[in-house]
Amino acid sequence: MQDMSEALGLAIALIASGDADLREIVALSLYVSLSATLFSCLIGIPAGALLAVMRFPGRGALVTLVNALMGLPPVVVGLIVYLALSRSGPLGFLGLLYTPSAMIVAQTVLIAPIVTALSRQTLEDLHTEYDETFRSLCLTRLQVMGALIRDGRFALVTAALAGFGRAVAEVGAVMIVGGNIDHLTRVMTTAIALETSKGELALALSLGIVLMAIALGINALVQSVRSGAARGSYA
Amino acid sequence: MIRKLSLAAALGASLALPAAAQEDSILVQSTTSTANSGLYDYLLPLFSETSGIRVDVVAVGTGQAIGNAENCDGDVLLVHAKPSEEAFVDAGYGVERFDLMYNDFVLVGPENDPAGIDGMGVSDALAQIAESGATFVSRGDDSGTHKKELALWEAAGIDPQSGSGEWYRESGSGMGATLNTGIGMGGYVLTDRATWIAYGNKGDYGIAVEGDQSLFNQYGVILVDPEHCPSVNAEDGQAFIDWLLSEEGQSAIAGFELDGQQLFFPNAEG
Repeated sequence: MQDMSEALGLAIALIASGDADLREIVALSLYVSLSATLFSCLIGIPAGALLAVMRFPGRGALVTLVNALMGLPPVVVGLIVYLALSRSGPLGFLGLLYTPSAMIVAQTVLIAPIVTALSRQTLEDLHTEYDETFRSLCLTRLQVMGALIRDGRFALVTAALAGFGRAVAEVGAVMIVGGNIDHLTRVMTTAIALETSKGELALALSLGIVLMAIALGINALVQSVRSGAARGSYA
Repeated sequence: MIRKLSLAAALGASLALPAAAQEDSILVQSTTSTANSGLYDYLLPLFSETSGIRVDVVAVGTGQAIGNAENCDGDVLLVHAKPSEEAFVDAGYGVERFDLMYNDFVLVGPENDPAGIDGMGVSDALAQIAESGATFVSRGDDSGTHKKELALWEAAGIDPQSGSGEWYRESGSGMGATLNTGIGMGGYVLTDRATWIAYGNKGDYGIAVEGDQSLFNQYGVILVDPEHCPSVNAEDGQAFIDWLLSEEGQSAIAGFELDGQQLFFPNAEG
């Protein structure tokens, strides 16, 4: 347990020192995971809205599939993206492997199903509630989806945060497609894995504490923006 | 619409940016032992300073490093499993293999030495571990260290698989992670000396067996063949290899010390 208190002290010292390497790693973590969250929302929210509103054969199976994909293991995603982006793979000519872009692609693949599935559920519940109103207004499907997304925006933020949380916490996918290259693709989680494997447990744990603090900060920020907006909309 | 377009442009730019930083850099597929010991943190700035070439290192087990290089995902291969390296070159994936440096493997164990192997030769020590049923934690990940360990078992005339899951435990992970596991279980672990010296979680562990001729650990360096992989940055990769094998590079390797101990011994044929 000596490691625990040592780690806490180290974490505070690390943050206080504003260590350049740490800042770089934190910045890359945020850049990669926030980009992946953004892309996942651009894909997942419209896809969730489509699934919520449209009725077509095989829809039930598709919903089940998307729900199941929420459980995609990061290391499998990493492997698939590696095989696709490898120089000997179909997208090798892009030269993206071992770059932050490859990490964004992998995390997007990982969390797009989460954003899609959670958006679908939220918007479908809303749709059931408003169905009669929509019918009486004779709205098109596209207008219905737009109205649902606007009305459900606060719940959708939670879906995005769930995706972000998964992205910033995973290590399996970014380790394979990023390679944990110093000053290029090293992020918080791969740095933690590296320090653990060096036996520097206190340093590894202190990086974990820093990561948790960042996740907490982002959630608190979103929460305050959201409650501010909510108050505004009821005023 | 304009907002959407500018958003798309920003996203496109953000994706394109990192790729543009790829000029004058090479990617080395290497092993966890060289990276975990801190060798690259010491060595690479020396090379980059004189050459202007940035070197990025992916540190995985030797088996995975060779696999990645076969997929053309790297310019230079720097690993430690000579038979696999020669097979890599023979199969046309690599240009030529050079001896680079060596150190040695050591067998580490807990202070109370449950199998009573302290100071033995490595074959006797392994036989003693198997017979006593003391826990042994293997890499089990097709790395250079794992290949070496399997060869040592074979030389000792023991099939450790017969004790798999009982006294013989395969962690399936890197050197440091396996040391963490082994120390947690109170088991013996075969490790390269550089990783062991740099390792920060030793507990009451110490070296039980060392100095045996068969524990020699040779590192080799190979340029991935640009004829097989057109994406290879052959010019800069060759410059890196030339530097490593030069007097300057060799003395730089010899100069890397931790706690007053030299971790790698250069032995390129000059």
